[in-house]
Amino acid sequence: MASYLSGLQSGLKEALTANRKVIVLGEDIVDPYGGAFKVTKGLSTCFPERVISTPICEGGFTGVAVGMALRGFRPVIEIMFGDFLTLCSDQIVNHMAKFPDMYNNQVKVPLVIRTPMGGGRGYGATHSQSLEKMFLGIPGIKVVAPSHLHATNDILKYAILNDDDPVLFIENKLLYPLEQHVHVFMEQSVEISGYPTVALRNFSTGKPDVTIIAYGGLSLEIVPLLAKLHDDELNVNAVFPSSLWPVPVETLTRYGAQCGRIVLCEESSAGFNWGSEIAALLYENLHGKLAAPIARLASASQAIPAARQLEIKTLISAQDIENAVWELMS
Amino acid sequence: MLVNNRPKCLRSFFQEMTHIRVVEETFLDLFAQGVIGGTVHTCLGQEAVAVGLISALNLDLDIICSNHRGHGHFLAYCGDTSSLVAEILGQPSGVCGGIGGSQHLQMKNFYSNGILGGMAPVAVGMAFAEKLKGSGAVVVQFMGDGAMAEGAVYEAMNMAALWKLPIMFAVENNQYAQSTHWNAQHSGMLEQRSESFGVPMVDIDGNDVEEVYHTTQHLINEIRTQCTPRLMFMRTYRIGPHSKGDDLRDPKEIDLHQQQEPLSRLRKKLDPSWVTSIEKQIRQEVALLVANLRKE
Ligand SMILES: Cc1ncc(C[n+]2csc(CCOP(=O)(O)OP(=O)(O)O)c2C)c(N)n1
Ligand SMILES: [Mg+2]
Repeated sequence: MASYLSGLQSGLKEALTANRKVIVLGEDIVDPYGGAFKVTKGLSTCFPERVISTPICEGGFTGVAVGMALRGFRPVIEIMFGDFLTLCSDQIVNHMAKFPDMYNNQVKVPLVIRTPMGGGRGYGATHSQSLEKMFLGIPGIKVVAPSHLHATNDILKYAILNDDDPVLFIENKLLYPLEQHVHVFMEQSVEISGYPTVALRNFSTGKPDVTIIAYGGLSLEIVPLLAKLHDDELNVNAVFPSSLWPVPVETLTRYGAQCGRIVLCEESSAGFNWGSEIAALLYENLHGKLAAPIARLASASQAIPAARQLEIKTLISAQDIENAVWELMS
Repeated sequence: MLVNNRPKCLRSFFQEMTHIRVVEETFLDLFAQGVIGGTVHTCLGQEAVAVGLISALNLDLDIICSNHRGHGHFLAYCGDTSSLVAEILGQPSGVCGGIGGSQHLQMKNFYSNGILGGMAPVAVGMAFAEKLKGSGAVVVQFMGDGAMAEGAVYEAMNMAALWKLPIMFAVENNQYAQSTHWNAQHSGMLEQRSESFGVPMVDIDGNDVEEVYHTTQHLINEIRTQCTPRLMFMRTYRIGPHSKGDDLRDPKEIDLHQQQEPLSRLRKKLDPSWVTSIEKQIRQEVALLVANLRKE
């Protein structure tokens, strides 16, 4: 069984093996160091010409990857911490995302930007954020964020080898060591090619009482919460899309319609986030079918503190989600 | 077929530069008439850079990354006036179907974008790609003096030199960025910066088309054979407005530069009767082309 990390490692290796046009660039990614989170460990030893450590210039080497993609390569870049995506934003928004459209589809930019997001490790305000919400809704790019219920190997390989659109691939720091969670009460649907939505329920037959919709690192909190709620005899379905943008809206609507009680959870700071858009879409599609207003949970709108006890209070927790679930049932 | 088989004599340089001048003056007219919107940045006075440099490239192979002031680069690259004019007029037959517009042109190995400095790292990536392919192509990345205040440019120079990539940074120092004189926004000497990254620089008169042509030939040959970057620093002056409208520079200053502008310098070296007839011919050709496109 693969872990979240080993799936990413093998996905990269298999992509490099499958297509000579795959190039991997990033800071400190070559062996023996193998990347800050070891996702590229071993790769430069196998593919010394195609796995390249860059200077510390995230905007610059993102641009380099865009140029390589325009000239026929399929580059993958690693941004050491997702927080540093702000430095790449001009290349992402005004170059990578724009070229295919604004050049009338005369060019393609098949490029994957991988980066870890999320807190819980005491790294403090500038190394713990979930900034993917800044890139949601930008025309011309996809934003993908697998949970540990997804096969990271398959999703990453698809993004690198098969997707001709640029993909922002969000990993989660706390998920890296986890084995992929598999369960008989799990089902997968693919509305956005290559990027499945996985749903895990805590009951064998019948309907859910509540549907939780979340993504990425929150699977770590939600899988044990489902077991706990099972003991409390509450039927809960937890749905994890791996595609944040575009939104697998029919899939989410279908799950939301099963009970009309929906909790949306994400780790990013509250306000103008993923859940805002998902809630709006679900309200449009489920008008009149909701048993209660949609609950939206996120982390506090403040800088994430470094101190353990303060960080815990800032980030969304399993307790917050559980409280919201019971609130919906009351 | 691109234009690299054209003769490289003074007459052909003059012809191409005049063609660019006339097309761009037409754009300014069309803008004033309200026929085209948005913005147009013309390279009036900088045509020697476009024509001299691009004439020295292998256009079946080499790659051009241009900027907001790119009509001249584009015409010197492919000579396809009709697809440029159609693009600016917003027509489907435009080089990017009218979606790109003046600052976002793409054809074969030509790419332009309107974000100052943003194409520098992209161009470096293209050079990296061509080096890995072993194609022998050189990438030329155009930028102005103003763009040289952007950090992306220095990230790009560092990587180009570090990885020994076939790229020429082509700086058009026309002294101004929009309304700001270069010495009001730069500390130190622009032309000295690249060498600290290990990118050798050549400083030339960008209004002398022959000098631009021969220097480019020499530098491109060095880049192609040694696979290392170079910077060509070209001194020029924009005799037209920054974009379509107001120009707050001292008219006396502009007048002074009129005497140094590349077309009037070249004109002096050519037979006056040939010059008169070719200018007339180009004006007629461009007027006819624009009139026909506007009927569509
Ligand atoms: C990142 C960015 N900042 C600002 C602008 C607006 N702008 C367009 S051209 C220009 C001046 C550019 O000066 P320079 O690089 O010297 O080129 P020139 O116009 O003189 O050819 C400015 C400020 C822009 N297009 N992109
Ligand atoms: Mg300038």
